[in-house]
Amino acid sequence: MALKEKEKKAIVTTAIDPDELREMHRRLVPAMVEGDHTFGTVSDKIGDLTLKKKTPFHWFIGVAIAFCIAQLLLFTTIWLLLKGIGIWGTNQPAGWAFPIINFVWWIGIGHAGTLISAILLLLNQKWRTSINRFAEAMTLFAVANAAIFPLVHTGRPWLAAYWLFPIPNVMGIWPQFRSPLIWDVFAVSTYATVSLLFWYIGLIPDLATLRDRAKNPYFKFVYSIFSWGWRGSARHWHRYELAYLILAGISTPLVLSVHSLVSLDFAVSQIPGWHATFFPPYFVAGAIYAGFAMVLILCIPLRHLYNMKDFITHTHLVFMGKVMMATGFIVVYSYAMEAFFGWYGASQYEWFMIKNRIWEGPYFFMYWLLILCNGVSIQFLWFKRFRESELALFIVSIVVSIGMWLERFVIIVTSLHRDFLPSSWGMYSPTVFDITMFVGTLGFFFTLIFLFVRFLPVISIFEVRTLLPSANVHGHSEDFEENVNEVEYTYDRTDPPNAD
Amino acid sequence: MENNLYGLLVEFETPTELVDAAIRVRDAGYRNTDAFSPFPIHSIDEALGIKRSILPYLCFAGGILGLVSGIGLQYFVHVIDYPIIVGGRPHLSLPAMIPPAYELTILFTAFTAVFGMLFLNGLPRPHHPLFNVPRFGLATREKFFLLIESTDEVFEYDKTRNFLEGLEGQQEVFDVPE
Repeated sequence: MALKEKEKKAIVTTAIDPDELREMHRRLVPAMVEGDHTFGTVSDKIGDLTLKKKTPFHWFIGVAIAFCIAQLLLFTTIWLLLKGIGIWGTNQPAGWAFPIINFVWWIGIGHAGTLISAILLLLNQKWRTSINRFAEAMTLFAVANAAIFPLVHTGRPWLAAYWLFPIPNVMGIWPQFRSPLIWDVFAVSTYATVSLLFWYIGLIPDLATLRDRAKNPYFKFVYSIFSWGWRGSARHWHRYELAYLILAGISTPLVLSVHSLVSLDFAVSQIPGWHATFFPPYFVAGAIYAGFAMVLILCIPLRHLYNMKDFITHTHLVFMGKVMMATGFIVVYSYAMEAFFGWYGASQYEWFMIKNRIWEGPYFFMYWLLILCNGVSIQFLWFKRFRESELALFIVSIVVSIGMWLERFVIIVTSLHRDFLPSSWGMYSPTVFDITMFVGTLGFFFTLIFLFVRFLPVISIFEVRTLLPSANVHGHSEDFEENVNEVEYTYDRTDPPNAD
Repeated sequence: MENNLYGLLVEFETPTELVDAAIRVRDAGYRNTDAFSPFPIHSIDEALGIKRSILPYLCFAGGILGLVSGIGLQYFVHVIDYPIIVGGRPHLSLPAMIPPAYELTILFTAFTAVFGMLFLNGLPRPHHPLFNVPRFGLATREKFFLLIESTDEVFEYDKTRNFLEGLEGQQEVFDVPE
């Protein structure tokens, strides 16, 4: 912070107490790491979750329950491959039902992870640091679950590769690139791959930390392999940060494109209730809404069970609640616009669809449940009392997750079951296999989350280190307080309220 | 000792001391140097004279390659190999080709960023002379290290060791065997 002589003279020497300044700073910039931590204690606290010999008992209970539920997915999938997709309730007129609802629901949940890791990084939001790792893991596991549905919906997943990907085959035909369904394949597979790369590149320095701390030779060996011999060299960090920034930069348009392309699966068709130009932003906002709800569902128990309150602070929860509120309002606005367009568009089919969806049709109660879950529940977050209560945030998040599932049900089933021709109208109801399949993916998701919590660092250790005050490099041979004061005063001088 | 010496490693307690020392080491004429820290320190690049990496250019090239492959793949499929008219659209329907090409651009850029970074960093390298110093394990935890390689032109064992021991804030100087 070397100032020129001229500038130094111009510094107004007002008396601001450094303590007062720090207090002001504390109030304006909420703490992202609480408690007295050093680089070492941060590494130990997060690293010990995986390296500690004793696995907590609640972990075994949790993973056992989740794994049992995941068996529903296994059995249903095997039965489906033996019998065909007729075991589902999916049939004309609702040819896209539970599998696509669940696909869109899961892929939407993934979006919060990329938003936190990429967009908040570009916006320089420090609070992303302690939640990005498991939000990214959540993204990966959610996308893995999402991919199951369209694959098994083809009935013969081993043949589906030829329909989904441009693989040369004996019939000499190719996928149709003009179709949004193929766009979707490219978007989702790119999304899964880039999310995996992003997550893994973030893990490399932390795996090196675990490698150097692990006592168990097997763990040490595995961590050595996956940390690629990382040694924290300044040259490596330089390229690492560039790569990380580039990944964030390209993940941002990617994450916005994925749910946009998913929405085009619907919007490019002619079905009333699907054929709407505002679908892409509506879907992206909904995805982030659902994703933040899932992040909260995961991180509220996590910070208690693993005593991570120093890193996932109250501030984090409040911020996530606010993001949920903001995206929730975009979603509610979209519901309103959807109804408005139905009326204002003066197409009898569109208007019928709205009437059928909201009050005349047999599924009208689903719509009102959706409004209750997605529109009404977040209104509680206006109040500080609810926003700052973990229990309230947890309940609202669960309700929002249910609401986002209902939203996809309303969009998909109520649009399909009564379209243009009354002679082709029908009703849809899921069978037991639809339900076991969906519940099974929940079990699979939580099994993966439990394994992740046990074997990998749930919070990015190296990024949390950078949040500690001792990570700042101070000016040479100058006192920190002096620097702080200099910055403040210089700012006052060069940028006065009345410039003339 | 000097024949199989990789370099001299010096340990620091704080990032500020590391950056200060890096500036002194550079001023003393050492060039084959490196610093090790448990998290990225931005001012170290300037202190050690690390040039900006070519990685962004590689990524740009990767992105262009992705775009070209995306368009090329669809052109080959729909115009050359199996032209078929769907919905009365021309074989070359560029607007419909945008989404796959866009996704492939991102995919190729991401692969270039990650594997380019690892390649330029010379990773994977599970065995490195530095790992022979037991204390170096703390570089991924809480300590800061500065290395002068023995291949440096100005490197002379005794002189360099004395110089490093005279640095402000140094905890200990280690010999790094090959």
